[in-house]
Amino acid sequence: MFPPVPNPTTRPEPARFGEQDLIRRSASNVTPPAQRQTEVAKLIDVSKCIGCKACQSACIEWNDTHPPVGENVGVYDNPHDLTPDMFTLMRFTEWENPETNNLEWLIRKDGCMHCEDPGCLKACPAPGAIVQYSNGIVDFIHENCIGCGYCVKGCPFNIPRISPVTHVAYKCTLCSDRVAVGQGPACAKACPTQAIVFGTKEEMKQHAEGRITDLKSRGFDNAGLYDPQGVGGTHVMYVLHHADKPEIYAGLPNNPRISPLVDAWKGVTRYAGFAVMGVAAIAGLMHYLVSGPNRVSNDDEEQAEKLVGEERPR
Amino acid sequence: MSTQYDVEKGDSVHSGKPVTVDRYTAGARVNHWITAVSLVLLALSGLALFHPDLFFLTGLFGGGPLTRIIHPWIGVVLFFSFFGLFLRFWRANLWKREDGTWLARIRDVLTAHEDRLPEVGKYNAGQKFVFWSMSLLIIVLITTGIIIWDQYFFDLTTIEQKRWAVLIHSMAAIVAISVWIIHVYAAIWVRGTIRAMTRGSVTGGWAWRHHRKWLRELVAKSPKDKSGSTPAE
Repeated sequence: MFPPVPNPTTRPEPARFGEQDLIRRSASNVTPPAQRQTEVAKLIDVSKCIGCKACQSACIEWNDTHPPVGENVGVYDNPHDLTPDMFTLMRFTEWENPETNNLEWLIRKDGCMHCEDPGCLKACPAPGAIVQYSNGIVDFIHENCIGCGYCVKGCPFNIPRISPVTHVAYKCTLCSDRVAVGQGPACAKACPTQAIVFGTKEEMKQHAEGRITDLKSRGFDNAGLYDPQGVGGTHVMYVLHHADKPEIYAGLPNNPRISPLVDAWKGVTRYAGFAVMGVAAIAGLMHYLVSGPNRVSNDDEEQAEKLVGEERPR
Repeated sequence: MSTQYDVEKGDSVHSGKPVTVDRYTAGARVNHWITAVSLVLLALSGLALFHPDLFFLTGLFGGGPLTRIIHPWIGVVLFFSFFGLFLRFWRANLWKREDGTWLARIRDVLTAHEDRLPEVGKYNAGQKFVFWSMSLLIIVLITTGIIIWDQYFFDLTTIEQKRWAVLIHSMAAIVAISVWIIHVYAAIWVRGTIRAMTRGSVTGGWAWRHHRKWLRELVAKSPKDKSGSTPAE
């Protein structure tokens, strides 16, 4: 068992990270701090999850969101999708293992993965609406958000949600406000089976190692860690019993990466675009400097008068 | 005998010194300037969301969220306004044989050797290029724009489709701005053009120099239906 994050002191404490620890800031250039903080991570062991949704409740409680009471459509997922008021969601999948013919109940806690290379941040046009701290947490700064929904297009995991009420984007914060004062995320705190644990990224990888060894000894030969390198690794990782096919866990992407469309939109289109517009403008200017205005001559006017006079005698 | 494919409603010649030629009705001019203002506002608000260095332009629209709200609505205005222009101008912008010749002699166009160019109607090939490319681009922009207008149409498309839409939208906008630059430059370079869209008329010399075929048609046509002038014969 991984020791849980101890209870905090009751004394007020200064935040352990903040503005000075930004390594990325949307639509802005930041000078990364000379020293990076220890990277943190949340590890979700899918094999230990019992689907109690305590994490969802804790998340609602801590973030003070108010998801509406849902309706049952015959599945356990509640609500049916992530919403601006539900930053994390247990996704239930009934999967028949073709090798064993056993029904496996796969329960994955969905939410922001806190990518090392965040697609949301890359897509965001509003300066400072999305930030990444040097400990790996990707956070939305709502007062800078303009509600355009570009983060939704940038995210490879389909996580951000735009509130139809406040018109800004919401997602899991990895409880940045709790982590800043030395606590773990609310979901991890609430998890009764320690399926969710929180610590440094290195500790989490080591802990996962032990879990994977254990799972392999129980016949899950393909057990493994989900820390997809396509997005530079993530600060929320999964232990999966079938790490060879993450897509069976309610569509967890196999080898996610920022869409090449988003890369093109935010990369080559910008450079090529300003080049094209610049060339058009400069070509016009050069042409004018070289050839000057194209003026109507007196002869043109006389010709016109002649034409009109001929055809229409006064 | 010339075919009158080019003469539009309101076009007429007034003799005098110089001859003046009515080119755009008040309705067409108002229609044009609504489109023009919309296009400039769209370019400014769009560029603000396209590149971080231009995000400050959102200040013109009352901040980021307001820019996000206003931009698509201006797009709707532009679409309908341009549609009005399209209905007015499409017939005179149909491609004619002389347009190919004109285009083949683009060097003479740029060096202002009008004498070496074929006589053209109300619009030359360059103007037709601007007209048709804008028509096409605006269809692309309104379509992709609606796909990424998340406040009202989020549920209609998948995220992957929205990614395509936002990429195509930005590329089409860049081309549209470039075409707009060409359009504005041509109007400045060819003196005597801008008054066509402000006062509505051009001089006979301008029409003779740049749109002689149109002028000839107008002159040939005017005695018959010009009520104000003395009837011929």
